[in-house]
Amino acid sequence: MRRLTWALPLAFLGFFFVYPVVTIIGRGLWPGGNLDVSPVGDVLTDPGLRRILWFTIWQAAVSTVLTLVAALPAAFVMARLRFRGRTVVRALMTVPFVLPTVVVGSSFRALGFGTSITAILLAHVFFNYAVVVRAVGGLWSHLDPRQEDAARVLGATRLRAFTSITLPALRPAILAAASIVYLFSFTSFGVILILGGPSRATLETEIYRQTTQLLDLRLAAALSIMQLVAVIVLLVVTGRLQGRQAVAMTLAPAGEAARPVRERGDRVVLFAVLASAGALLGTPIAVLIVRSLDTQTGFGFGFYRALGTLRDDSVLFVAPAEAIGNSLLYATAATVIAVLVGGAAAFVVARSRHGGVLDTAVALPLGVSAVTIGFGFLIAFDPPIDLRSSWILVPIAHALVAIPFVVRIALPVIRSIDPRLREAAAVLGASPRSVWREVDLPVAARGLLVGGGFAFAISLGEFGATAFIARPDRPTLPVVVFRLLGQPGAQNFGAAMAASTILVVLTLAAVLGIERLRAGELGTF
Amino acid sequence: MNIRRGLALVVAVGLTSAISGAAGSAASERAGDRVTITLMTHDSFNVSKPVLRAFTRSTGVTVRVLRAGDAGQALNQAILTKDHPLADVLYGVDNTFLSRALNNDIFESYTSPGLTTVPAEYLLDDSHRATPIDRADVCVNDDKRWFVDHDVPRPATLEDLTQPEYRSLLVVENPATSSTGLSFVFATIAAFGEEGWRDYWTRLRANDVLVVDGWEQAWYEHFTAGAEHGDRSLVASYASSPVATVNRSGTNARAGTLLASCFEQIEFAGILQGTEHRGAARKLIDFMLSKRFQEDMPEQMYVFPIRNGAALPPAFTEFADIPSDPLTLPSDQIDQNRERWIREWTETVLR
Repeated sequence: MRRLTWALPLAFLGFFFVYPVVTIIGRGLWPGGNLDVSPVGDVLTDPGLRRILWFTIWQAAVSTVLTLVAALPAAFVMARLRFRGRTVVRALMTVPFVLPTVVVGSSFRALGFGTSITAILLAHVFFNYAVVVRAVGGLWSHLDPRQEDAARVLGATRLRAFTSITLPALRPAILAAASIVYLFSFTSFGVILILGGPSRATLETEIYRQTTQLLDLRLAAALSIMQLVAVIVLLVVTGRLQGRQAVAMTLAPAGEAARPVRERGDRVVLFAVLASAGALLGTPIAVLIVRSLDTQTGFGFGFYRALGTLRDDSVLFVAPAEAIGNSLLYATAATVIAVLVGGAAAFVVARSRHGGVLDTAVALPLGVSAVTIGFGFLIAFDPPIDLRSSWILVPIAHALVAIPFVVRIALPVIRSIDPRLREAAAVLGASPRSVWREVDLPVAARGLLVGGGFAFAISLGEFGATAFIARPDRPTLPVVVFRLLGQPGAQNFGAAMAASTILVVLTLAAVLGIERLRAGELGTF
Repeated sequence: MNIRRGLALVVAVGLTSAISGAAGSAASERAGDRVTITLMTHDSFNVSKPVLRAFTRSTGVTVRVLRAGDAGQALNQAILTKDHPLADVLYGVDNTFLSRALNNDIFESYTSPGLTTVPAEYLLDDSHRATPIDRADVCVNDDKRWFVDHDVPRPATLEDLTQPEYRSLLVVENPATSSTGLSFVFATIAAFGEEGWRDYWTRLRANDVLVVDGWEQAWYEHFTAGAEHGDRSLVASYASSPVATVNRSGTNARAGTLLASCFEQIEFAGILQGTEHRGAARKLIDFMLSKRFQEDMPEQMYVFPIRNGAALPPAFTEFADIPSDPLTLPSDQIDQNRERWIREWTETVLR
């Protein structure tokens, strides 16, 4: 059993991540069989490329700080205050996370944000808000409020109680969330291209340009290595910090920690959070929905109807039901893969002494360019294994992104399993296998279900790696949006907005489904 | 347990595709048998269903469409997978990428009988590895109504765009990220030469040209005839674009074309080296040159037929002006200088 739980995530990552990435980098650095690392030196000495590297690093750092500042109060509200509509608000906060960048970029510009660094940073906060709310809010809702109360009784000020009791306890979750936000901003692609304007480039957009436009695999390989090194350093450092900062704490079941909104202070915080989240997250989504309804002949569902009829005699046409079906199919496959692999990895991380290594390894794909992975698939999976144009690569690419989330969601749940329960079962004669089946699995299942729901939502919206995989014609909703936007005419634009709105609704349904599952249960997200 | 079943599934998927591939290749040699071939192409490829069905009915060949990103991405994927091709036919290599395709030797020669209907000026590859399929023009479009409303004469030449009355009116795409933008830069290089084009862009910049990243952004968010609240009445787009601005009654197109600004784009298809379905692939090339397919293209892809005698849809004859003498550059000159030109353009216009 133990060997299998190690083997599954290692084999998956090895085959679907390490192998293709090494192959594509190898193609760039071993042209004709001779190792040539000079491009790495070129990257380090070229002032233009150094500027790109520096911009990549600092915009990701600033995005991370801003996201934490904006979302931590929301994490508090979601964890500690009980108010009507809390579940819906939390689900709404997750929607931005899965929206296609093309659509969000278009909404941002409709709101008057031109191409600027401000627009990039705001968009990163918009997309990553949910990561912080869920990761930090999850842990926060399990912290026993009596610890803080005790400090207050002993004479600590509210601020003192927070900084010396709550903050240290939250640190691991804050670090985990911050590292994910950093990785997402570090490798952000669409946001930089659409809102950054023509003169801004990051490592990710430069790898894209070198690989897909110029076919300069040497330089692309060197840039990919820079990206990998930067990401590994970040993951190792945050991993260390997390380990050092971890403090023993008493966990309370979620819900018990939340209190009804009575105090004036609570009301002010609640109002501030709802208002700022509404402005920041709600406005771009509202713009999108309004545009999907605003036809030339007044408000109505014209664009939604057009989705089903616009150019329906051509091979580019996809019936909306079919696109939804494809999206659901891919999302289901990605969820199954992510839960199996991520679940196994979570058990390893929780139980094994060297599990931390795996925790770092599963997060790596978040920090590597989608172009590197996509083109890596293309040249690594050639005959005889030929998977290159198999549909399964799409959910696998989605799963690579989703697995780190599944691990981080399931981990605290698995850690919460009382070892005495397992020992008791063993003493009573249960085999290791039946201990696993009767004790571990039922408890872990909740966490895995929640993680699976998140994986499902990620897959619904994912349009990074899939854009770089040659794919047979089975378009998902984000692909339909992208295609419609590529054609002139108000009808096409309106239909693209309508398809995006359908995506919002599907996501909302999926996330609300997760909320049902987690009701009253332990789980970080 | 689960891992094995999962792996078994993956292996099974790989096997079925391998088996069907092998079976298909054997069958393709016997005429009349059903065979499926793969057409690799860019994301904007389109054809109407009845036309494609007619091809399958008359030849027994089913076409599976594999989309591989934009034109550059599709070509690069074909080059990277040269030893084990993903498809039998690649469509969508244009004249700006042609020499890259030919230098990497991804196509095999085929002289389609349909080539006799194609004007000689479009046969850019003497050994017929790349077959021309369609043509289009990247041009500056103008919002005719805007110019009437503001009582400004419509511009006519590239030079006009640097004049004070057209200040802050033009939006173009970044050539580093948009093929439309790149073709427009080529237009200016063809018009002003290696010595003069950067100077031209310096003047355009002084006249407040707006640069955006993609065509969607230029058209849907800035062009007054394409966007709800556009702020630019001139845009780098296509000679066929005015068709998208025809009014409901079909009597008038709001956008027009500056014919002197047009750069010619010719798109090619080729049979990929290593295909196991040569016969069927050739049939597909023949079909793409047939009148039926050629007459279907304008409405499906906003491009023009390459062959003589293909009829255009009424909206195209009426509202899409075709330049009689578009600007052009030799393909190998483009491929040798593309990167340098983009870099120089970036330095001139953005830095």
